[in-house]
Amino acid sequence: MNAQIPLSSYTMTADGRKIGAVLMEMKNITLRFGGVKAITDISFDIREGEIRSIIGPNGAGKSSMLNVISGFYVPQEGEVWFRGARRPQMKPYEVARQGIARTFQNIALFDGMSVLDNIMTGRLTLMKTGLLAQSFWWGSAEREETAHREKVEKIIDFLEIQAIRKTPVGRLPYGLKKRVELARALAAEPKLLLLDEPMAGMNVEEKEDMCRFILDVNDEFGTTIALIEHDMGVVMDLSDRVVVMDYGKKIGDGTPDEVRNNQAVIDAYLGVSHE
Amino acid sequence: MLYREAGDFKTSYVADSQTFPIKFDRIRYYIVVAIAFGVVPFLINDYWANAVFVPFLIYAIAAIGLNILTGYCGQVSLGTGGFMAVGAYACYKLMTAMPDVPFVIHVALAGFITAGVGVLFGLPSLRIKGFYLAVATLAAQFFLVWLFNKVPWFYNYSASGQITAPERMMFGIAVTGAGTPAWAKYLFCLIILFALAWLARNLTRGSVGRRWMAIRDMDIAAEIIGVNPLTAKLSAFAVSSFYIGIAGALFFSVYLGAVEVGEAFGIQKSFLVLFMIIIGGLGSIFGSFAGAAFLVLLPVLLKNILVGQFGWATDLAAHIELMIVGGLIIFFLIVEPHGLNQLWRVAKEKLRLWPFPH
Repeated sequence: MNAQIPLSSYTMTADGRKIGAVLMEMKNITLRFGGVKAITDISFDIREGEIRSIIGPNGAGKSSMLNVISGFYVPQEGEVWFRGARRPQMKPYEVARQGIARTFQNIALFDGMSVLDNIMTGRLTLMKTGLLAQSFWWGSAEREETAHREKVEKIIDFLEIQAIRKTPVGRLPYGLKKRVELARALAAEPKLLLLDEPMAGMNVEEKEDMCRFILDVNDEFGTTIALIEHDMGVVMDLSDRVVVMDYGKKIGDGTPDEVRNNQAVIDAYLGVSHE
Repeated sequence: MLYREAGDFKTSYVADSQTFPIKFDRIRYYIVVAIAFGVVPFLINDYWANAVFVPFLIYAIAAIGLNILTGYCGQVSLGTGGFMAVGAYACYKLMTAMPDVPFVIHVALAGFITAGVGVLFGLPSLRIKGFYLAVATLAAQFFLVWLFNKVPWFYNYSASGQITAPERMMFGIAVTGAGTPAWAKYLFCLIILFALAWLARNLTRGSVGRRWMAIRDMDIAAEIIGVNPLTAKLSAFAVSSFYIGIAGALFFSVYLGAVEVGEAFGIQKSFLVLFMIIIGGLGSIFGSFAGAAFLVLLPVLLKNILVGQFGWATDLAAHIELMIVGGLIIFFLIVEPHGLNQLWRVAKEKLRLWPFPH
């Protein structure tokens, strides 16, 4: 089905954003843990510049899918294609260096470090100075540090967390931690940003803020985003296309409207309203 | 009054990320350095050098080393004594094999050799962590001590099995051997400690340090963010062992002059340095200094009070001293589990707002 999309073509969405060529393609992915099939023969693609959601009931294999994309799980079958080339088996840190960053369902910040240091760690894939130059803090080490600090400060401004720059993340409330985690992922200047339940456990205001940030990231940096979320209102509003999973299988794929009217999806996940 | 951030505006990122962002701290630091280099060497005598200053300086180097590995990178090690022994024996072999090479180079080379050994024993850390890694490094401790006892080549076939530091000069002044003046021992160790502490600070504030801390705080997330756990952990083992090796070399050559490996570098040394960083504060250079000072000074202080002031018998005082030190360690850990460094930080935060509580 992906052959239908020529590589350089752009389609415009209703709100005027450009959706480009296929950035990442999952082909017939099957993931097993012993005898348990977490993901069964799933294929879908993510196109440049779009917001792609993965939804489904608990245990459907959504987070496993994200872990396959970020290289943490290695599927037994299937291929992962990224930027037009088949991705060989890679360690997670090598995947990160290819330009895939992510946030975690249960916040995985570095509690012992300040907000600033946490976001700076997001840029480690882009930092080059070696041990020796670093230990003497020679020109290159200091220059590099300052250059990256400038970029990080832009992200801090963008996500409006200037006031907590030097606070240890252990002290922050939940909503801010989620935002710092987004900042850390953004700091890597990713081609593809994976968000695992960015809105879980938030109140309405925090959700609104987070939605705004996600849309802004997509809009201003042109970052492709793949996200998992349970809040259907959020998913349907944000996404360009949605993949629906249930028991490790794909049961729906398409625009929010298509998915909303898909009978299999309604049966498995969305349900019908009872007046 | 003096301890304020207010009005001290930073106009560049370089100024904002300096080690002592508050002016008062900077001045205090310069004063401490000036006294350490400019005043203490003129006043020091043999007792102060041997009982207090030289062991403090050397243990501070070892504590910084272990803090890099355990405090910054989160890899628990009980092999410190063994790695110090590697430094000591490497230094001894180099001193006797190449007597014409300047002594500092021997010390540095001893550090590099220990770094290599440290990397070797750090390899299990790629597979195991926490208590299990502690046990693996414990194996290093016992193996290394056994090795230096059993293989006569390491102690140049001496009849006693001890190694004895030959006399070596720096700029015409003895720094090792029986004739070393107290101030020379002190100054030599101080210069090395000062340089190493500065290097450690640089390493821990930049990208290398962030890699280590990311591994410490959440290794899986660190890997997904792009930290290669192999290089991060092994570089921590290398740098840490480098420091500990230098501490071992100085401990043998400058401080004791002659050592027997099981006595000087046994498991109790590993625990001592580990206590130093736990009491001082994990993941802090200042904490390494504070912990070393605490555990070196406290016994000396207690001994002086108990024997000198109260006139107790020395053996009784020695036993009471052990009990008091042990009790104080427990007391400190209950009151402030994050160590002296945390106490210091809380005090500074309070001071910054003083006289207001918030």
